[in-house]
Amino acid sequence: MSTDLVLLAVLMGAVTYPSRALPMLAPGIERLPARALLYLRLVGPAVLASIAASQTLVATDPGGGQQVVLGPQVLGVGVCMLIVWWRRNLFLGLLAGVVVVALLRVAGVG
Amino acid sequence: MSADLRAARRRLLLDSTGIAASAVGFALVFGLAARNADYSLVEASAMSVIGFAGAAQFAAVGYVAQGLPWLPIVVLTFFLNARHLLYSASLAPRMRHVPLVHRAAMAHVLTDEAFALAATHFHRIGRVDVPGYWIAAVIGVFIPWNVATVAGYLLGGAIPDPAVLGLDIVFPAAMAGLAVGLMTGRREVVAAAAGAAIGVAASLLFGLSVGIVVGGLVGPLVAIAMPATLAHPGEAPAPRHGNELHPQSPLPLGDVRLDEAIDEAEADAHPKENLAPIAPAPLRTLDVERALQADEDSRTEEHE
Repeated sequence: MSTDLVLLAVLMGAVTYPSRALPMLAPGIERLPARALLYLRLVGPAVLASIAASQTLVATDPGGGQQVVLGPQVLGVGVCMLIVWWRRNLFLGLLAGVVVVALLRVAGVG
Repeated sequence: MSADLRAARRRLLLDSTGIAASAVGFALVFGLAARNADYSLVEASAMSVIGFAGAAQFAAVGYVAQGLPWLPIVVLTFFLNARHLLYSASLAPRMRHVPLVHRAAMAHVLTDEAFALAATHFHRIGRVDVPGYWIAAVIGVFIPWNVATVAGYLLGGAIPDPAVLGLDIVFPAAMAGLAVGLMTGRREVVAAAAGAAIGVAASLLFGLSVGIVVGGLVGPLVAIAMPATLAHPGEAPAPRHGNELHPQSPLPLGDVRLDEAIDEAEADAHPKENLAPIAPAPLRTLDVERALQADEDSRTEEHE
């Protein structure tokens, strides 16, 4: 059984770990200026929304470029957000979103 | 352990179930792709255990299959995962009381999903919960991802396409749902809306990896730049000198609403349970005399 690519996995882990660890291990980050702490607190909603919107609305076309797509996934994510906002239950939201998308695809939409 | 914490962890576990379903769906496909690219099972597992970087793992499979040298793969991995800096920096102020060794281990399992779950959980309970972090990162993501990698490799062509089952929307839907959980004020809503809009625009211009990071970096700046009257409509205008209401504050911000938001941020970084009540210091006569003299001096200066 080949193990050559284990070294590649180690290298990939080695270049990923610093970005995960450095701020968390840096001494005194809690003594940053107050505005910086406020900024860091707002990173959470901003980056999660950025991931959600980009992954839902942007797709890579065969030529390698990016384009906006408005398919069933937009409705699925929207339904999930509404349910989470209304019921405060992520699992229920995800379930509803998946069902909506699966039904739309079965119906030939998207 | 308080009943509130138990309830919060139960909710975290439930949320993690949805995330785990997404991780399983994609890791099954990764296992299959690795097998098709002639990885051995050990190599596929090593990618998931050591690399543990979803998008970069998929990219590496494609590049290895094309016979690309390792250096570009490693460089690409670095850039694809640079967004973790944001997650780590966002969690760091709350983590200062967690032992260094724990934080070092926690960092290895910090992913999009782990951050989203942990940040929402911490926000919900108002402080860091290390077992909660492990629930989010290990039970919610690491174990499902690695088990499904092996399963995908072994099951091969029997794996259904996650898109057929609608599982491909679980990841973006989970990120959106968890963002909703963090939107507890107008600034958070503005940060999320700006992050989403800017993220999409930048993704169209520069690709998804760059777009996501740009949205996460610029969104909070838009929220901070928002006028206090928009952040707290219907309330009396803020005094121009925040220090009048916060005499202990050394920050001459001149914007009491921003002061309050910053106070909250500082409270996040300094959890209440760690703030031991300060015992009154025994004043010596000399201290009192000095204080009275200083007070009298300042009054004299004001009259002059």
